[in-house]
Amino acid sequence: MIRVEDIRVTFNAGTIMETRALQGLSAAIDAGEFVTVIGSNGAGKTTLLNCLTGEVAPSAGRIVIGDTEVTGWPAPRRAALVARVFQDPLAGTCEGLTIEENLALAAARGVRRGFDKALTQQRRQEFRDKIARLGLNLENRLGDRMGLLSGGQRQAVSLVMATLRPTRILLLDEHTAALDPRMQAFVLELTRELVESERLTTLMVTHSMRQALSFGTRSLMLHEGRVVLDVKGEERSRLEVADLMALFAKVRGEELDSDSLLLS
Amino acid sequence: MNLVSFLGAIEIGLVYGLVALGVYLSFRILNFPDLTVDGSFPLGAAVAATLIVSGVDPYVATAVAMVAGGLAGLVTAVLNLRFGILHLLASILTMIALYSVNLRIMGRPNVALITEPTVLTPFEGLGLSGLYLKPIVGLVVVVIVAALLAWFLITSYGLGMRATGANPRMARAQGIATAQVTAVGMAVSNGMVALGGALFAQMNGFADITIGTGTIVVGLAAVIAGEAIFRVRGVVVAVVACLLGSIIYRLAIALALNADVLGLKASDLNLVTAVLVALALILPGARNPLKSLFKRAAPP
Repeated sequence: MIRVEDIRVTFNAGTIMETRALQGLSAAIDAGEFVTVIGSNGAGKTTLLNCLTGEVAPSAGRIVIGDTEVTGWPAPRRAALVARVFQDPLAGTCEGLTIEENLALAAARGVRRGFDKALTQQRRQEFRDKIARLGLNLENRLGDRMGLLSGGQRQAVSLVMATLRPTRILLLDEHTAALDPRMQAFVLELTRELVESERLTTLMVTHSMRQALSFGTRSLMLHEGRVVLDVKGEERSRLEVADLMALFAKVRGEELDSDSLLLS
Repeated sequence: MNLVSFLGAIEIGLVYGLVALGVYLSFRILNFPDLTVDGSFPLGAAVAATLIVSGVDPYVATAVAMVAGGLAGLVTAVLNLRFGILHLLASILTMIALYSVNLRIMGRPNVALITEPTVLTPFEGLGLSGLYLKPIVGLVVVVIVAALLAWFLITSYGLGMRATGANPRMARAQGIATAQVTAVGMAVSNGMVALGGALFAQMNGFADITIGTGTIVVGLAAVIAGEAIFRVRGVVVAVVACLLGSIIYRLAIALALNADVLGLKASDLNLVTAVLVALALILPGARNPLKSLFKRAAPP
């Protein structure tokens, strides 16, 4: 489904600020896999997602989605293939537009936008049904501005937005990191339901080792722009958070900076 | 204020209502502070006047003027989006270049249209004097343009344009080619402003190289006045508010100039406008386009 071959990304190349975010990262992800991605700050997790969405162009390597090489495609062109939920609840939605306008934007993701009315009665009903399923009492507030919603509500709506179009790949970039614990649990559960019911191929970046092991079917650990651990199946089910920590410490070859990881 | 100056204020308010719509589209919808309008307004006047004087049908001339304005907007958009020049500077470059272009088009600083046919000519047989005819024709044109703009903004494409201005990163993730959409918006915006210039020339009987000075401030004043009065929520209301803002602003100016107590002269117009806009920006709680001006760069 997704094949990433030896991609390299360097920020500020040739300057004193040079950062090698990805240094020959390769990975192959099958259709229907739910992959959790962990790694310390600067390991290249977000850069990997940005490469998949087309926001960052790798200086070398190939990215293949399905049977199509998309390496040179800009972000808007890839939108039909890839849906994304950002870490920052403000980033994934337009706060000045209403909830239903945001949904209408997402309902046309990757589709040619013409001069038809963006919001018809039929569409509104469709949106109301989908939003009602969240159980957040937002279905009667579709005309409210997105900016009036809490971070958790916005992330929940963002998840619905990501699944309005038939999509194949869902990218989640620490999408619960900015939420309070109760909302975090809610959004994670919603994620699990949506991924299962829509059979999405999913990459979820997380800072939490427990989340990384308890969600999904496979885990990748990144370090210095490469994949250093790739576990799935029985091997993964036997892993405990402590094992993961030990592995993590081993690949880093140094004592773990406990501040950089959440053990929640 | 007598009837003549009242109707005159309505007429000029309607013509500048087109400028207000253009400014609303660039500043408000696209989040693109565009000063090109100081050049595209006289460009519209220059193109329309020159073509009419050389015998072209006034309606065709007005249409060509709109296209010329659209091209001017495109130049600014390309300077910013393709070559990365800061949006304000890009628009100033286009504006200053248009000064020379406008002089070239007219061949001299002023073209008179008093004896020429204009868009008003076909209606002159109806028995209305120019005093009433001008505001009525202005109203019809402005209402048509505003309705088209309002409709445009609630279409799928228009919603994509609003997302482009509000959150370009999100827009791109939703498959919107933000650069293209911004260029289209800038062309439409300056096309409307040039239409305003073309009407201005035909209603006043001349095109002059200096009529563009301060157009942007007048447009902003109208947008601010409209938003302050109507506490805008939806886009359709916002479009109507721009027009009413433009008319109210002109009436306020006419009142100020007519009030002998204040001792103001017509030549004080720009000062009054600048003071009013500055006050609107200074007053607490005033929501205005300028506040977002330096907050975010142009969409990538």
